[in-house]
Amino acid sequence: MDPYVLKTLNAERRARRAAILVTDIGDGRDRVVREGDAVAGDLGQAIARAFRSGMSGLVEAEGRSFFLNVHLPQPRLVVIGAVHISQALAPMAKIAGFPLEIIDPRTAFTSDERFPDVVHKAEWPEDALKHCPLDRYAALAAITHDPKIDDWPLKAALDAECFYVGALGSRKTHGRRVERLLAMGVTPEQIDRINAPIGLDIGAANPAEIAVAILAQVISAFRARGLGAKAKSEAA
Amino acid sequence: MPSKFLDEARDPLIIAEGWMKDGKDVAIATVVETWGSAPRPVGSHLVIDAEGTFHGSVSGGCVEGAVISEALDVIGSGQPKMLEFGVADETAWQVGLSCGGKIRVYVERLG
Repeated sequence: MDPYVLKTLNAERRARRAAILVTDIGDGRDRVVREGDAVAGDLGQAIARAFRSGMSGLVEAEGRSFFLNVHLPQPRLVVIGAVHISQALAPMAKIAGFPLEIIDPRTAFTSDERFPDVVHKAEWPEDALKHCPLDRYAALAAITHDPKIDDWPLKAALDAECFYVGALGSRKTHGRRVERLLAMGVTPEQIDRINAPIGLDIGAANPAEIAVAILAQVISAFRARGLGAKAKSEAA
Repeated sequence: MPSKFLDEARDPLIIAEGWMKDGKDVAIATVVETWGSAPRPVGSHLVIDAEGTFHGSVSGGCVEGAVISEALDVIGSGQPKMLEFGVADETAWQVGLSCGGKIRVYVERLG
């Protein structure tokens, strides 16, 4: 392995950016490909598939054998709201492999008793996210129902290009939210990225079922990251 | 700056970079293919220095010893090697995977 390639790869991993180490098994030459870098031909297609699936493996391309080692940042799920849904979502997210953190400035909600095994911060999102900013490998679900708490992190998530942004509330509630976000400088294209009403439509009827719907939507968004509607339907 | 998102003290590729900075000779072993029940997934690393110090894993401890001794050869020669372990190769290799799986491990020198 080229020492410079190792340094580059580790720098990408430290910065929470997706990268693939491509090694030509025949001659040992290697390079780092970042997500979004243009790579031509069959190898390029294999690299795009590997970024989407997160699966490392050998591929044959251009008559050569390459090993693709995929390094995706650990996806994290940030939940704004220490509510009943969050109590159900926390253990489910853990099982599905998404580290989850809960942020809600209301100390009566964000208590150790209600969230014994989960990272929870009784702070305003503006403060809590300062030390751990959102990025493309973060999902954000805003579920307090309180615009004072939800609106700021929703805009922050859209600006950070989080792979998933969801907001709880009826269509009517969301309509009013859209007006407020537009007034905050959010663009209509960004608004379209918000999943509202939140969660896949499975007819969820209680907090635990809404948690299932949210988690399923997060997984779906993660697997389709950075792809248009066409690629999404191909993946499904 | 250490990243709060990586477990730097246990991350084989971060350790290999640190060894390199200390002027050590280093080999990197990577699981590139698995069949059947393999203990570590494709992409897993074992990193080895010229004294035989190692971090990470390519199996559940079944074949690490053999990989380390091959890695010392690779550090000496600079030529990468593809190793294969498993039931099918028990006669060719002194070690095997007790779980019945089969793995291919690519061993290369850093630099």
